[in-house]
Amino acid sequence: MTAMKIRKLVTIVEETRREMGREISPPTRKAAALAVIENPFAGRYVEDLTPLMEFGEQLGGLLGERAVAALAIPPAAVHSYGKGAIVGERGELEHAAAILHPRLGAPLRRAVEKGAALVPSAKKMGAPGTPLDVPLGHKDAAYVRSHFDAMEVRLHDAPRADEILVAIVVTDSGRPLARVGGLTVDQIEGRDGLR
Amino acid sequence: MSSVTMRKLVLQIEEIRHEGGPPPARPPVRGAVLAVIDNPFAGRYVEDIQPFMALLRPLGRELAERLLAALGGEVDAYGKGAIVGALGEIEHGALWHAPGGWAMREVLGGAKAIVPSAKTVGPPGARLAVPITHKDASYVRSHFDAMEVGVPDAPRAGEMVLILVMARGGRVHARSGGLRAEEIEGRDGLR
Repeated sequence: MTAMKIRKLVTIVEETRREMGREISPPTRKAAALAVIENPFAGRYVEDLTPLMEFGEQLGGLLGERAVAALAIPPAAVHSYGKGAIVGERGELEHAAAILHPRLGAPLRRAVEKGAALVPSAKKMGAPGTPLDVPLGHKDAAYVRSHFDAMEVRLHDAPRADEILVAIVVTDSGRPLARVGGLTVDQIEGRDGLR
Repeated sequence: MSSVTMRKLVLQIEEIRHEGGPPPARPPVRGAVLAVIDNPFAGRYVEDIQPFMALLRPLGRELAERLLAALGGEVDAYGKGAIVGALGEIEHGALWHAPGGWAMREVLGGAKAIVPSAKTVGPPGARLAVPITHKDASYVRSHFDAMEVGVPDAPRAGEMVLILVMARGGRVHARSGGLRAEEIEGRDGLR
């Protein structure tokens, strides 16, 4: 089994206290946990991406727990989540898919308790400093409109050509001044992950 | 201009495990805290801007305490910076020099070296490489560094982003010689 090599771990917390001149109380908060890892398949085509799926499983727990810890809230208090990856230029978009989709979700859901909804995701190829908008949705009901959002993250020195940047974002809130209707948090049934 | 109006606060912590060389036993860390505030002087020339510095002191203190706590209370280097929105002037960013530096010295219990700084005028999303040097001796070469930061939606034209940076451990594979941290005399803030 290929061991995952982490070069860098980063957490970013954003607190919005005012929006459009109005006080947001309590502030809305988002936390991103990022890992920069070596891409073991940079520069060559490899059919079996299982090692990257295993990396995804490790990162789901590591980054999920670090993001929740950065907000200093209990797992059940997480509102929304999202995930994403940027693959350096000697890799392949499918490498991001292997990390993000098969196995990352289960440990992430343990870190936030429940998580009935799909984890929204974004992936792209990119150079160091490339920004990624990590999409966000409510963890138990994908249709909660107040929580459709995204958090932009970037690292000036990653991903290098042989690296992959992986990001998980969690929040304790929706948009600061949500007022476009739709399903609200207090209407969540939480059975099918949608409503 | 009776108080500081903050729209957003961002805290970023980095743990650097290696950069292609041998991983150190203890990874260096660095962190930045960024406050997005209204620029009370946006859009006009104001001659006497210094009263705003006093208002920035409590903000500096809050930011320095949060950053130090997020880094586990142990720090050996620092820096500061400001990004002024397009309706402001670079001089408004200079108001951060005194309160930002004072605040970090307060929470660090008396750091001797000058706090290195950078500032710019820029649009939302503008990035700033905030310089970092050792907090007790500016010449410590292993700790010359910078941390690039920015906020995607700030500064808006009438805002400023005020930034503090703290770090521990220097560059991850420092090997360019010069004064070392264990050689610090600690008298003049330089060596």
